[in-house]
Amino acid sequence: MALAIRAEGLVKHYGETKALDGVDLEVPEGRVVGVLGPNGAGKTTAVRVLATLLRPDAGHATVHGHDVVKDPRAVRSLIGLTGQYASVDEDLSGTENLVLLARLLDFSRAGAKARARELLEQFELTDAAGRAAKTYSGGMRRRLDLAASLVGNPSVLYLDEPTTGLDPHARNEVWAVVRKLVANGVTVLLTTQYLEEADQLADSITVFDHGRVVAQGRPDELKRRVGGQTLQVRPTSLRDLDSVYRILGDLTGARPTRDDDTGLLTAPVNDPVLLSTLVRKLDEAGITADELALRLPSLDEVFLALTGKQTEGSLA
Amino acid sequence: MSTIALDRGARHGLALAWRGILKIRKNPEQLADVTLAPIVFLVMFTYLFGGALAGNTDAYLQMLVPGILVMNILQASMTAGVQLNTDVSKGVFDRFRSMPIARSAPLIGAVLADIVRYVVCIVVLLVVATVMGFRVQTGPAELLIAAGLAILFGLCFCWASVFVGMLLKTPQAVQGLMFVLIMPLTFGSNVFVGTSTMPGWLKAWADISPVSLLSDALRGLLNGGAIAGPLTGSLIWMVAVVAVFFPLAMWAYRKRV
Repeated sequence: MALAIRAEGLVKHYGETKALDGVDLEVPEGRVVGVLGPNGAGKTTAVRVLATLLRPDAGHATVHGHDVVKDPRAVRSLIGLTGQYASVDEDLSGTENLVLLARLLDFSRAGAKARARELLEQFELTDAAGRAAKTYSGGMRRRLDLAASLVGNPSVLYLDEPTTGLDPHARNEVWAVVRKLVANGVTVLLTTQYLEEADQLADSITVFDHGRVVAQGRPDELKRRVGGQTLQVRPTSLRDLDSVYRILGDLTGARPTRDDDTGLLTAPVNDPVLLSTLVRKLDEAGITADELALRLPSLDEVFLALTGKQTEGSLA
Repeated sequence: MSTIALDRGARHGLALAWRGILKIRKNPEQLADVTLAPIVFLVMFTYLFGGALAGNTDAYLQMLVPGILVMNILQASMTAGVQLNTDVSKGVFDRFRSMPIARSAPLIGAVLADIVRYVVCIVVLLVVATVMGFRVQTGPAELLIAAGLAILFGLCFCWASVFVGMLLKTPQAVQGLMFVLIMPLTFGSNVFVGTSTMPGWLKAWADISPVSLLSDALRGLLNGGAIAGPLTGSLIWMVAVVAVFFPLAMWAYRKRV
């Protein structure tokens, strides 16, 4: 498959700090690659290099074959950038921001207005089109940011922590937009501290830590690599908690974790067949369960296993 | 090829100047800094000290208005650095830079929008001064030349502000430092009082300060009197300031963005 983004051995130092310490990254055309990592892992630095905003100290990167250092203009005509660092003008209205960007992309006066209207409609901002961006809510603001990065119909989109600081509702809106873009064939490089976000949106995940790639793969591959499925049971009645605890312990030969508040019992398993055994045993004991599942480890657990530390997202 | 690049740069610069003008319209309080403050100075100095300093307030007003005009433009020219710094720290610049536009376009845009700011400042000041009794003693041509010189002065000094704006981290720091630099520059001059009563070291500076020289040139243009000497002096200052600060500003700009 053709690659939209290819980076090899990217290095960027800030004094003693190695923001990027030899990063390789490949993003196939039309796919979403999630770059996952805690604050300071080098995610934003990588995006800035790939968006021609920062020269790497070593290594090189291309976007659709154009080198980000040697041919930045060609790269800039292909990309859109949304994120912590690429912002709209807060004093201008939604329309004015988009018209300005369209004019900078050589749209005619009328063409710029039409493009702005189209995008505002697409992002459900028509009602707020005439208001200054600083009056927008967090979610609206992020949608305007997204719209701003799409004015020139980029084929590659960088989303640098697009939902950081948003409430779940606004976050879901942004996710829906990203899915729609991907359905239209846009290639997306997404950075995030939220494992759930990478899991939801990305075809493939690259885990950064201290400027290095510590893991790479499909979300389920990563989860499997860390191994260990778990069996989860939540008995309908809290009174059954002790008996289920015993049954689960006998079955798996491990000591289950129990959460007395939610009534959830969790135990690691190696053999998926144990699920049906558990169902039978609970049935024999006359215990009903509200929740009964065999699941892969969460990405939080994956992250912990890969880097030996908790992510910011899971701490929050 | 280069004409196409120039054309693009100009077109993008114009689009960004339009943005600057929109921002002025939306934040008129930005202009208040450079319109209200000089008006306060104008009123205060004229009625408080005018009689004592020049015998009567009318004579003092004729002397003061050209000087306040220079002070006004100098202050207005300092906004460029604050604005650019704000754009950089808010991430607006990164958006522009991730687009296929001329690298100089944001600077061209900022400078073009500055001209609008200068014109507004000059017009507001002259209207208030006229209401207070100031009269141009020469003619419309001289008035236009004086306004043009003031704008040119602003365009030269704005590079100092761009330099500082690209060097310091936050817009507040830029604003603070510019204020500290501008106050002595405006007060250590002949804008408010003649230099004859100043101590030697201060008089030596005030006599050759760019603010004094341009004030004298504008007094000549608006009130009649010697023009050639102070005009030459202020033009030398402008060339010198551009020669020093334009390269510095471009260096800092390239380093920052």
